[in-house]
Amino acid sequence: MPASRPEPPAPPDADRGLDLDRPWTLHSQVSVRPEPFGALLYHFGTRQLSFLKDRRLLDVVRALESSPDARAACTAAGVTDTQLPRYAKALATLAHSSMLVERTVTR
Amino acid sequence: MTATSVTASPATAQPAPRLTDLFELGLDSPICLTWELTYACNLSCTHCLSSSGRRDPRELSTAEAKAVIDELEAMQVFYVNIGGGEPTVRPDFFELLDYATAHHVGVKFSTNGIRITPEVARRLAANDYVDVQISLDGATPEVNDAVRGAGSYDTALRALANLADAGLRNAKLSVVCTRHNIAQLDEFKEIADRYGAQLRLTRLRPSGRGADVWDDLHPLPEQQRVLYDWLVANGDQVLTGDSFFHLSAFGAPLPGLNLCGAGRVVCLIDPVGDVYACPFAIHDEFLAGSVREPAGFTGVWRQSELFRRLREPQQGGACASCTFYDSCKGGCMAAKFFTGLPLDGPDPECVQGHAEPLLDRRGALPKPSGDHSHRTAPAARSGPVPLTLTRRPDLDRPPVSACDESPLAGLRLG
Amino acid sequence: MDQSVTTQSQDLHRTEADTAPVATDELIEADDLVEEVSIDGMCGVY
Repeated sequence: MPASRPEPPAPPDADRGLDLDRPWTLHSQVSVRPEPFGALLYHFGTRQLSFLKDRRLLDVVRALESSPDARAACTAAGVTDTQLPRYAKALATLAHSSMLVERTVTR
Repeated sequence: MTATSVTASPATAQPAPRLTDLFELGLDSPICLTWELTYACNLSCTHCLSSSGRRDPRELSTAEAKAVIDELEAMQVFYVNIGGGEPTVRPDFFELLDYATAHHVGVKFSTNGIRITPEVARRLAANDYVDVQISLDGATPEVNDAVRGAGSYDTALRALANLADAGLRNAKLSVVCTRHNIAQLDEFKEIADRYGAQLRLTRLRPSGRGADVWDDLHPLPEQQRVLYDWLVANGDQVLTGDSFFHLSAFGAPLPGLNLCGAGRVVCLIDPVGDVYACPFAIHDEFLAGSVREPAGFTGVWRQSELFRRLREPQQGGACASCTFYDSCKGGCMAAKFFTGLPLDGPDPECVQGHAEPLLDRRGALPKPSGDHSHRTAPAARSGPVPLTLTRRPDLDRPPVSACDESPLAGLRLG
Repeated sequence: MDQSVTTQSQDLHRTEADTAPVATDELIEADDLVEEVSIDGMCGVY
């Protein structure tokens, strides 16, 4: 139940992008389902479905966990500098709906 | 989408598809599905969509149900809506619930509350992947119990109280909108708020026993407008199971997907493992197969001819020329079917009134495929059936006995 | 009118796109990588 869900830090404003220089990760209650057209993300806490319209964005999301920060995850997924603002904005949308959370704990 | 579409001109750019467009074409796995675990129920609601009451001896065993869950996990189905009958009367209900959530299949289940004791409520509150829906069809015992049976109002409210006491937040108070409760929408909201629950309103369908009470229970045209305005005013605070998209023809679309997901992104598995396009369409016409077939549920979902047809682009038929078709999509397939209307025409509750002439001249109504209603009272009879024993006029002697040894037995000459 | 999805992202308003020429900038704005919807209660039973 959402009651026991750890509250993420204040979500970034989706219109302004997110802090690419911080580490991010998928929320522990989010399930990722690849699709031919991209991917579907389902959050068991919020019952929200997010539709990623692009396989590269899926690659970025999957690279977050093992990357020191979001910028590195984008690079690892092959996002170019000119594409970066667009992907940063998409990540901000996902963070705004708690699909992504800042990774605060050092593993 | 890649960078190329950013620089392309609007004329040649392939716009990013919308979720609804992709959903209409179907997915390799359902988003979620309804699973009715048993036809057994302690109640006999007059509008029961699955004509439930008595358990069916062919219902899936615990092992078979777990095999279905394994398939759902492999297909990455996000969650199942478990219903019935009353699912909690299955002795293995909690075993299956725990098995599903342990295998990453979320569970939302619908119950009349009969088994939601304080102890059960605490157990449910401890599972992050479970959602509970308590059914209540009147904000007062009079309105509710007329449909759901004596005592059912108290049972539901006791269950809500137990869930709230156990600390379970956001239980769902699930209401089927009828002619008799449209005036109680604010009261339902108050009840939900009182227990820290969320209100969920869904549409009455003429499915199962609902066909028998549809004419008396479905909201009147002016009530449809009241309902629409109320839903717009309350926005996404109130859940609707996407069941009211036919009302979108009043104006702005309601929150939600506003599309029929039958056979495209959702379906029904019934208690004996039959797979139907939608929980409101339990009829051979919408039967896609069975989870007991060798290819299992996966095979049915991916290979059913019926589902393939439902995933084709729909033309709109008689509704294609209506300016509201884009918002209402012709309404609910099951509602049309069980009111005897053509599937490519208007919904029986079309808010533009296009169904009324059709309803006036409809023919015989299709019957649901199964009936598991309680047989608490024997079929009505006026008394002994009078019989007069006579001999068939064409027989001049008794018929030949099986023991007659004569080779000419029964022979008539001339 | 065609905003049939509850969305927190910049969804494409297709009806407008179909009936009126859309400036390139608007299309880029609409061409978002993420679309979000609540599916709580979808495909429910009573």
